[in-house]
Amino acid sequence: MHISPDQTIFWQYGFFKLNATILFTWALMIVLAAGSRYITGRLSTGLERSRWQNLLEILVTGIEGQIEEVGLGEPRKYIGFLGTLFVFVAAASICTVIPGYDPPTASLSTTAALALAVFVAVPFFGIEEQGVLNYLKSYATPTPLMLPFNIISELSRTLALAIRLFGNMMSGAMIVGILLTITPFFFPVVMTMLGQLTGMVQAYIFSILAAVYIAAATRVRKPKPQLMQGVAA
Amino acid sequence: MDNMTIVAVASIVIAGITTGFGAIGPALAQGRAVAAALTALAQQPDASSTITRTLFVGLAMIESMVIYCLLISLILIFVNPFWNHVIAQTAGK
Repeated sequence: MHISPDQTIFWQYGFFKLNATILFTWALMIVLAAGSRYITGRLSTGLERSRWQNLLEILVTGIEGQIEEVGLGEPRKYIGFLGTLFVFVAAASICTVIPGYDPPTASLSTTAALALAVFVAVPFFGIEEQGVLNYLKSYATPTPLMLPFNIISELSRTLALAIRLFGNMMSGAMIVGILLTITPFFFPVVMTMLGQLTGMVQAYIFSILAAVYIAAATRVRKPKPQLMQGVAA
Repeated sequence: MDNMTIVAVASIVIAGITTGFGAIGPALAQGRAVAAALTALAQQPDASSTITRTLFVGLAMIESMVIYCLLISLILIFVNPFWNHVIAQTAGK
């Protein structure tokens, strides 16, 4: 049973394996990077724009708007990380229509790597915004009794991110595979369309959750306003 | 009933029950979430983008509970370590 793209090995040398996950991840990276480089190499600010530039502009302004709505003040600081998460997971899901392709996010290794990236990025942005001491103090709010719970919640959020994405992608691929043996042609097509929808939703969810976690970590805690100051005058 | 039969029966039964029971709670919860979101949308249509986004995030968090159950079921059916161990034992005999 084809469980994950990790099992399709193209080339092996001792410990190092070139499996489908690595191959498709690199293929996606090359396509996205080269495509973006090509498009941004010929930007135009006039009224005549290429459709690819329009596509990129829609994408960037859309993601910027979403990041702002989540509560992160300057979206340009975070759009590199969050935008990449969204575009990578969305592209990995959309390319399922190409025959012979297996989404690399259907392997626990890819989703665990992405979740680990978020796990590292949240303290990184938090410390960048608040400084080390303030960020570490936020683990002890509202009372130091919450310290173990905050740490556990941090770890379980990362785990949930990885498993959510992995479960959605893998079950989509597996259901299509199972249906192919039962009722070929009609239902697998319908399930692939459903898989596209859930893939896009999961890409959105992954990046929005990462944005929410970063927003929670970078919230500058203002001291409580002194309410009686103006009244005494 | 020898080891093989016990492992097989337990895996099959539990694989079925896991997703069966596991999908009830989240389905009800998602129904309530969507109902609340629809009520909120009806009362404040201009906040629709915030409401829709929060609805989707909430639905995804609830959905991940079912995904965990589905994962266990799929593992029990396809990459069952206990079954592999028992098969290896029987093949080795």
